[in-house]
Amino acid sequence: MPSAFQRQRYLIDYSLMALGRRPGKHLGLLAVYTLIVAVLASVMLFSESLRGEARLLLAGAPEVVLQRLEAGRHALMPASYLARIEGLRGVSGVRGRLWGYHYDPFIGANYTLMVPPSDAPLPGTLAIGAGLARSRGLEVGDLLSLRAANGEPYGLKVAARLDTESELLSTDLVLLSEQDFRAFFGIPADHYTDLVLQVRNPREVHTVKEKLNLVFPDSRPILREEVLRTYDAVFGWRQGVVFVILLGSVLAFVILAWDKASGLSAEERREIGVLKAVGWETADIMRMKFWEGAVISLSAFLLGYLLAYLHVFHAGAVLFAPVLKGWAVLYPDFAPLPSVDGLQLATLFFFTVFPYTLATIVPIWRVATRDPDAVMR
Amino acid sequence: MIELRGVGKVFNQGRHNQQWAVRDVSLRIETGQLTCLRGPSGSGKTTLLALIGCLARPTLGRILRDGEPLSGLPERFMAELRRRTFGFVFQRFNLIRGLSVLDNVMLPAYPEAPAHEELRERALGLLRRFGLGNLAGQRVEWLSGGEAQRTAICRALINRPAVLIADEPTANLDSRLSAEFMGIAAELVASGKTLIVSSHDPRVYESPAVQRLVGLRDGRLEEA
Amino acid sequence: MRPSALWLTFVLLSTLLLGLSLLLADREQSAAAERLARGRAMVEQLGLTDLALFTEARYTRHLTQADRFAPFQDHPGALEHFPSGALVAPPNH
Repeated sequence: MPSAFQRQRYLIDYSLMALGRRPGKHLGLLAVYTLIVAVLASVMLFSESLRGEARLLLAGAPEVVLQRLEAGRHALMPASYLARIEGLRGVSGVRGRLWGYHYDPFIGANYTLMVPPSDAPLPGTLAIGAGLARSRGLEVGDLLSLRAANGEPYGLKVAARLDTESELLSTDLVLLSEQDFRAFFGIPADHYTDLVLQVRNPREVHTVKEKLNLVFPDSRPILREEVLRTYDAVFGWRQGVVFVILLGSVLAFVILAWDKASGLSAEERREIGVLKAVGWETADIMRMKFWEGAVISLSAFLLGYLLAYLHVFHAGAVLFAPVLKGWAVLYPDFAPLPSVDGLQLATLFFFTVFPYTLATIVPIWRVATRDPDAVMR
Repeated sequence: MIELRGVGKVFNQGRHNQQWAVRDVSLRIETGQLTCLRGPSGSGKTTLLALIGCLARPTLGRILRDGEPLSGLPERFMAELRRRTFGFVFQRFNLIRGLSVLDNVMLPAYPEAPAHEELRERALGLLRRFGLGNLAGQRVEWLSGGEAQRTAICRALINRPAVLIADEPTANLDSRLSAEFMGIAAELVASGKTLIVSSHDPRVYESPAVQRLVGLRDGRLEEA
Repeated sequence: MRPSALWLTFVLLSTLLLGLSLLLADREQSAAAERLARGRAMVEQLGLTDLALFTEARYTRHLTQADRFAPFQDHPGALEHFPSGALVAPPNH
C-alpha cells in the first residue's frame, strides 16, 4: 500500500523535472520572487524590532508632558504654571524641562540641546551624543563652538561622550547646564520649554489630563501611553509604509503568477492529457500542479525570510538606512534587536505562498478533469 | 475477454458538427490474442481503442472485461484501469519532452508510488529488453522513430498491464521497423499479453502475427 | 539523487534555520535585557520622550511632541518636504 507521502514525493519529482526543463526562466522567477519576499520581510522584521525596542525604552518616558501653544505654535511655558499645577490633586510632582533644537551649519545637522534634571554638566561644559561626536570629530576635551541666539559664538568644552550603546536615544543630544542653556538660547529664568508631571495614581492619569485641559486651555497634555502608542503605530505593520509595501508585494506576487494563471499553452494541455492517458488521476494532476507552484513560492519564502533576517539583524539593515535617514545628517548607529512576531511570520507565509500557488492550480481544473482521449488526435 | 455491447460514441453532441465516431458496435475480444482493427481513416478505429482503453466514455452501450464493467465508472476507477490493466502506445508516441527516456518510462507508475529503486530497476530492465539500455538518460526529443516507439512500448509495459493497445503503430515507421514492431507484438502475445492494434497498413493487418481481424467502416463493424 | 530529495532537504534545512532564527531572537532579547534597562533608565533620568531616529526636522525628531500643525510652522500651506516626514505621520493625540 503506497503511502501518501511516497506518492507526493513522486509528484514533487515530476514538478521539479517539469520546472527544470526551463531552468533559466524558473531560476529567474525564483530570484525575483525571493527578492520581493526579502524586502517585505526586511521591512516587517525591522519595524517590529524598532517597535519592541521603542516600547521597552520609552516605558520610562515622563507620565505627562504639558506643552503650551500660542497661535497653534509651540510656545514657552511660564514658571507660574508650575506653581498652579503643584496644587492640583492627583499630581505628585512637577518640574520644568529645558530643551530645544539647534541647527549647526558646519555639518548641516540638527542637534537637540537639553538640560538634564539631575547631574547636569558643569557650566562651560557639555556631554554629547556619540553620533554628534563622530560627525564633528569631537573627543573629550575638545571645544565645541556654536552660534548662540544673540549671534555670538558660544564655546563649550566636551566633558563627556554619551555611550554608543544608547545612540538610538541620544545620538544628537547635547547636554548642558541650565545656565549655559538659558544664555545660549536667550530664554529668561522664568520660562521653561515645557513641563513634566508625575501622577500619584497611574490609573488616574486621564482624570489629571482632563483637569489640565480645564485649568490650562492654552496647553496640551501628552501622556506616556500616547507616546508609546505613537511609536507602536509608526512601526506597526498594519499601517503606513509597511502596509503599503505589503500590498505592493502581494500585487507583485499576483503579477508573477499571472503567467501561470492566465491559462495553459497547447503544449501544457497536451502534457496533462498524456499524463492522464497513462493513468494519472485528476487528483494527481492537481496535486502535481500545486507542487509546481508551492516549490517556487515556498522556496522563495524560506530564502527570502532568511536573507531578510541576515540583512536586518546581521547587517544592520544597511539597505534601509538611507531611507530612514532621508536628509538627516545624524543617524544613530544601532543594531536592531532581533525580534520575530509569530503572527507576522504567518502573515508573510500566507501572502507569499497562497496567491501564487492558487494561481498555478486554478487554470488546471478544467483541463485536468477532461477525458484524455484528446491526446489521440 | 473484453466485451462490447452496442457501444456508440458521439462528438459535439447537439451541435451542428455532431458526429457519431462509433455506432452500435458489439464485439468480443479474446484474451491472449493479437486482435487488429482494420479500416480507413475516419472509420472510428482510434475512438474504439480509446473506449476500450478507458480513455473515453461511450455515449451508448457498455464495455465489460471478464464480466466486470469498464464503462460507466467514476474517473478515479477509470484512471486506475488505464494504469493497471491497459498500456497504451499512441500513434505519435506522446512522450513527454524535456524528460529522459527513463523518466518517461517510469511516469505511469508514479501514482502507484512503488519503492523508487525497485521502479528504476524495473524500468531499466524493460529498456534493456528492448535494446534501449544505453539510452536511459537520453532526452526523448533526440530519439529516432524506432527508438521512440520502443520507449513508448516500455512505458506502456511499466505497470505490467494485461492488455496492450497500439494505435496505428507503423504509421511513422519504415518497413524494417514495421516488421520489427510486429515481431515485438508477437513476442508480447506469446508472453501472455492481450494485444489490440488498429491499422490501415497492410504490413500490419496482413501479418501472420495477427490472430483476429475486425473491420470497421464509418464507425460500424463490417460484416466479416 | 531524486529531485524531490534535494528539494525536501533544502526545505528541511531552511525550516531548521528559520526555527533557529526564532530561538536566536529569543535569546538575544534576554541578553539585551540589561542594555534595555539601562536605556530605560536614561529615558527616565533625562525625561526623554522620543527616539533619536529621525533627526531631519524638528517635528520628526520629537514625533510624540508634534501635532498636525507642526510641519506647517515653516509657513502656511507648507507641503511635506522632508523624506522622513513621509514615513512618519503626526500622532493622533
